[in-house]
Amino acid sequence: MSSDSVATFERRAADRRATVERTTVPEFDRALADCLAEPAVGVPLPFDGVSLANHPVEIDPSPATLEAAATGVTPVGPAVAEYGSVVVPSDERGAEAISLYPETHVAVLAASDVHASLSTALAEVGEEIAAGLSSAVFATGPSATADMGAPVYGVHGPAELRILLLEDR
Amino acid sequence: MSEERPRSRAGTAARLRELLDTEGAAVEENVSTFNAGRYRRYAEMDATEEYREEARRIKEEAIERLPELVEALTEQVEENGGTVYLADDAADAREYVRKVAADRDAESVVKSKTMTSEEVHLNAGLEADGIDVTETDLAEFVLQLAEEEPSHIVAPAIHKSRSEIAALFSRTFDLDEPLETPEELTRFARERLLERVTEADIGITGANFLTADTGTLALVTNEGNARKCAVTPDTHVAIAGVEKIVPSMADLAPFLELIGPAGAGQDITAYVSLLTPPVETPAIDFEAPGTAGFGDPDDREFHLVLLDNGRTAMREDDDLRETLYCVRCGACANSCANFQQVGGHAFGGETYSGGIATGWEAGIGGPEAAAEFNDLCTGCSRCVDACPVKIDIPWINTVVRDRLNRGEEPGRFDFLVEGLTPDAEPAGLDLGKRLFGNFGTLAKWGSRTAPVANALAASSVARAALERVAGVDRRRDLPRFDPEPLTEWFRSRPDAGPADPTREAVLYPDVYTNYVATGRGKAAVRTLEALGVDVTVPNVGASGRAPLSQGMVATATDRAETVADALSPEIEAGRDVVVVEPSDLALFRREYGKLLDDDRAEMISEHSYELFEYVFGLLEKGADPDALGSPADGDAEVAYHSHCQQRTLDLEAGTVSVLETCGYDVETSDVECCGMAGSFGYKSDYYELSMAVGERLESQFTEPETEGRRVVASGVSCVEQLDSLLERPASHPVHLVDPGGGTDP
Repeated sequence: MSSDSVATFERRAADRRATVERTTVPEFDRALADCLAEPAVGVPLPFDGVSLANHPVEIDPSPATLEAAATGVTPVGPAVAEYGSVVVPSDERGAEAISLYPETHVAVLAASDVHASLSTALAEVGEEIAAGLSSAVFATGPSATADMGAPVYGVHGPAELRILLLEDR
Repeated sequence: MSEERPRSRAGTAARLRELLDTEGAAVEENVSTFNAGRYRRYAEMDATEEYREEARRIKEEAIERLPELVEALTEQVEENGGTVYLADDAADAREYVRKVAADRDAESVVKSKTMTSEEVHLNAGLEADGIDVTETDLAEFVLQLAEEEPSHIVAPAIHKSRSEIAALFSRTFDLDEPLETPEELTRFARERLLERVTEADIGITGANFLTADTGTLALVTNEGNARKCAVTPDTHVAIAGVEKIVPSMADLAPFLELIGPAGAGQDITAYVSLLTPPVETPAIDFEAPGTAGFGDPDDREFHLVLLDNGRTAMREDDDLRETLYCVRCGACANSCANFQQVGGHAFGGETYSGGIATGWEAGIGGPEAAAEFNDLCTGCSRCVDACPVKIDIPWINTVVRDRLNRGEEPGRFDFLVEGLTPDAEPAGLDLGKRLFGNFGTLAKWGSRTAPVANALAASSVARAALERVAGVDRRRDLPRFDPEPLTEWFRSRPDAGPADPTREAVLYPDVYTNYVATGRGKAAVRTLEALGVDVTVPNVGASGRAPLSQGMVATATDRAETVADALSPEIEAGRDVVVVEPSDLALFRREYGKLLDDDRAEMISEHSYELFEYVFGLLEKGADPDALGSPADGDAEVAYHSHCQQRTLDLEAGTVSVLETCGYDVETSDVECCGMAGSFGYKSDYYELSMAVGERLESQFTEPETEGRRVVASGVSCVEQLDSLLERPASHPVHLVDPGGGTDP
């Protein structure tokens, strides 16, 4: 990661209608609170010093809760600066569904996980897959279609992708 | 659907006319946007060519090693906990998925977009068992409701406008309030489809790529429905052709960099899923909505159906093999001038559409499966530079055309024709094809008997007969033959060559330049001589372009051999070969590699130059541009249309540069093709399509900034087409720099 990569990531993600909010561990709770529409569901975050515990975010939701949720919070990474993409790794707690079903996906990303290029991020994901990761999605902006005559966002996946970028992680 | 289509010329023309009227506008708008996006994105990326080379190399290796990769992938998927079924053909694949559904007591299935499932008619098979099948890709959903076939392999409902979709939804769902905006339509579809996803027993997806080392499938999508289909139900079935396998995860990089740009000019699609099923993501049991937490990941079931259906045979077929490198991005369709007008309902077979469809349909169903639409490929070669894996799509189309020619039932009297015709093709060949394919012979005869031939060409009785028998549209002007061929003019003129030549060159007298447009040949000779070149114009013979464009490969090979016999000693003696007609230069550079032995093909390719490419080189080496013609006062503004094959070879810039050096102000067209494309626009079945394609060029050259400009075009058929599209005449650009100042056509 370099500061160049992070700046490029921010710009390219914005080009694809994702919002990127830079934050830090001490500021994380406020940043998350600002982008949580309820009801919210999530999976635990693996970053030291940040947690969903203080937020109205349901972990291990039922299918009905998932379907009703307005926001899904998941950790993401690595990320690709040149395309503004984040990788959503799957887990047994349903990160894939939680990042996919709600209208807004809040993706929490460590700045140190931003790669300059797709190929290096792909190499890292490839190693994780070889080591047993069973699914990873490179997500770039919200879900999109042009099948109805003009670009529309939020088709089957989220209409909004909000990336919280932890600068001190 | 293909059986019902008419095969007569009038029937083909009527069907194309109908599609031009009903679907053409929507197709053109959408496809042109994708096409412009690809140009933009390919130009923006620093490493486009490196990615293309690498993607090509990986596909070549993967298809070479295919049996081994199938085995490795199978082992890996099974080790991961999934099941692999290698299906021999469509029925086999269909039956297997039906059995999986029966074993799971499935009542409903949700699908994300997969052309391979269309290829095996999977929906019909499942529906026959009473299973409810829902397409979740919005465009596929629209087509399922409308009971229509895809018109594009990537954007299957490209032929439908927003208002048609709105009307379809209102009708199908009996809506009180009509839906209007794209947002309303999308939301409505999303909500309905969400219901279907949450109640589905099985999710079916395709796969864009499969990696043999990890058993991973890559899905390249935008909407998110493939993600939902793959992980929501506990059973996931993926169906993919065996050619989708690449050796390793690391091999995905160039494809992921290219597929979005190639398809629609996107930098990367919204989602690229890398799934190594059965995935750890728990299934979601919406029938137990209140239970906290998701299901047990161990309950997941995954079936990978690997489809052969002719692919192994394609792999062993030297001409069709490249089809298997196809990544189904749609770039060949988007870059095709004919496709832009009529879409995949005309330019497509039972499953696949666009330029590469000929390879797929012929590979799966035999050449006959491509018979309906194969002639819509004019060989313009614009798709060659568009294809992210550099497939020689025009060559595949040519080969299949040849096989179709040979497969025709010989008629009763064809033994007579066979004895008389000057080609190497079988009896039974369509007369129109035979006529156009033998244009070289015809032109020679036309020149010898010019007054009679030209009068005949102008006679309405003869034209009606020609249209009826050979399909030459009577609305086209026929070429007027010059009684004095260029070679004879050159032989009989006083020696006018430079006293102290810097180079020696052969001006290749292509059929048109030799017998019809001799003026441009004379201008070319004067131009080269003025720049210090010692020129000869020997009798070389026709290049083989005309027969090749009709799929007459054996005849084209004969012609190529003759040309090579004539040119080899010239080249060995140190002469360059200068070619006026871009399609012949393209033949020398590209297709001769397929028709001749490698050494001869390479020699001709290396020593041949397009006329302006050569002039550009001479000027670069210090020749004096003042020796050339220059614009008369107030006559410097030129509108230039390059030529399809010339652009593919990256040779447009040479002409523009030379014209500018000589003092011209040049505006260039950027249309893919003028629509004439050699003999294509002369054929009565395609005349209207040809004119529809030409409209775009017409409008570019009648805009305020171009309408007063003198029109020049490099290809002989482009000049013909421009003559019929515009009020003002068109000519070859060599007339602008001809030091003799002649403007003979």
